[in-house]
Amino acid sequence: MKHRPIMTRRRLLKGALGGASLAVLAGCDNVTRNSWLSRLLQNTERLTGAVQRAVVPASALAKEYGESDISAVFPANGNTDPGTADYAAKAENGFAGWNLLIDGLVTTPMLISPAAIKEMPARTQITRHDCVEGWSAIGKWTGVPLGDLMHKVQPLLNARYAVFHCADVDDEGVPYYESIAIADCYHPQTILAYELNGRSLDVPHGAPLRLRFERQLGYKQAKYIERIELVESLSGIAGGKGGYWEDQGYEWYAGI
Amino acid sequence: MATPIESAGELARADERYARPEFPASQAPLVGSTPDAHVSSVPPVVERVYRHRLPVLISHWLNVPILVILIMSGLQIFNAHPALYWGDRSDRERALLAIRSLHTETGEVKGVTTVLGVELDTTGVLGYSDGSRRAFPAWATIPSAKWLAMGRQWHLLFAWLFVINGVLFFCYALFSRHVTRDLVPTGRDLRAVGRTIGDHLRLRHPGGDDAKRYNVLQQLAYLVVLFGMAPVIVLTGLAMSPTIDAALPWLPTVFGGRQGARTIHFLACFSFVGFIVIHVIEVIFTGLINNLRSMITGWFVVKHEVSRHEA
Repeated sequence: MKHRPIMTRRRLLKGALGGASLAVLAGCDNVTRNSWLSRLLQNTERLTGAVQRAVVPASALAKEYGESDISAVFPANGNTDPGTADYAAKAENGFAGWNLLIDGLVTTPMLISPAAIKEMPARTQITRHDCVEGWSAIGKWTGVPLGDLMHKVQPLLNARYAVFHCADVDDEGVPYYESIAIADCYHPQTILAYELNGRSLDVPHGAPLRLRFERQLGYKQAKYIERIELVESLSGIAGGKGGYWEDQGYEWYAGI
Repeated sequence: MATPIESAGELARADERYARPEFPASQAPLVGSTPDAHVSSVPPVVERVYRHRLPVLISHWLNVPILVILIMSGLQIFNAHPALYWGDRSDRERALLAIRSLHTETGEVKGVTTVLGVELDTTGVLGYSDGSRRAFPAWATIPSAKWLAMGRQWHLLFAWLFVINGVLFFCYALFSRHVTRDLVPTGRDLRAVGRTIGDHLRLRHPGGDDAKRYNVLQQLAYLVVLFGMAPVIVLTGLAMSPTIDAALPWLPTVFGGRQGARTIHFLACFSFVGFIVIHVIEVIFTGLINNLRSMITGWFVVKHEVSRHEA
């Protein structure tokens, strides 16, 4: 009679353990050569993003608060003043000379002033701003839904990202920029804000126009926006990771 | 560790508890048991018990690097805003805990930790350490330098591993009846809580057949970790995610708002630190080699005093 090996649960698990430890050893060997761990670390956000997108309905709204919940002080983080002569001159003038350019993969590019944007139907939302550092502040934002501007320019089918180019540069002269997926531009709470707590946006908080992209962390909320460029790929822009902070190692998917 | 009893006099002084007159026959030592052995010159009977099954071993050892990395990268993230609050907002003047550094009048730098309004000088550990103004010191964080983006990458990768390992272990523990068989205390276990605490404080640990199963403090500790701390630390972690909060607005509310969830996440982290410290101390005091062997091979050695209950 032929003796057939019996696959017990324990034997199976022992085999799995042996295989796993071999894989770990092989992995450790590779870590110095092609730094698989650093690639794994950088790619975790893909898993996180895919799972969060799968379990969170695209239409789910960030919680909106009441007037009494508004923070007494809304901290201004990152750059609090672009500091360039051009920006200072425009700010002096109430941003009369400011124009927002929307171009790239669109049917009809447009140039629109903050004054014209303020005449469009507005949305006001009292939402919580969650900074990647850990703090939270609640503020009342008023602005135009980004989806309304998208309807005006009509993105081409191959447009996948909206890239926000900002007027500010860091200490080394590197310009700020940020990007989000085209689908997220149409979320009702994604707005180009021009008011905070009922007053015109001030310079520290991103005057004249800044992004409110609720449901993601604070560093996605680009300030001093002068141009929105629709693109198919982020790889050709600056560091190629889709934003100033992303190029420093922060996740492009900032849902957690 | 148990030693053979040399004389009847010593036996009389032996603790009543270990006599176990109610010792059920079915649990009697299996190896080399000599029922009518004489009181003197009988060596302890050594029994090998298959104490931990393979899934428990795998899950346990995976948790060692996972927890160490999660704790240390978590402290890196905490250092980016070293203060804790209750509610949804982080109003600076209403912090429950805040760690900062400040210059003294003499020009020195001091680390100061304020807990519920009480100010403590924590120079050298919290706030200011090794010439660096940072909340938790470099030796406690991953990476050791101040680097929030990298700390987040480590934390979120190992959070996934912790959840996957935890869910697999949780399913195994439920379906294999590890929870009901080994972890849920019986009424008799629970009545022994006071006495067991006393024994632990005096570093007196169960021997013989009592050592084959978890004592009531172990049972309660493992149940609290499995059904309390682990789910709480995962859920409070998720409650800090603005995307998850949009889908599950009740989640941060349950934990006192997003900042409340962050505070509970921090407390749960230090509950894990406390658990690990006590766990390792107990492992050392109850027989380091035997415990390590049982956690690597599954086999645990129990020594029986065969003569005792015949006296």
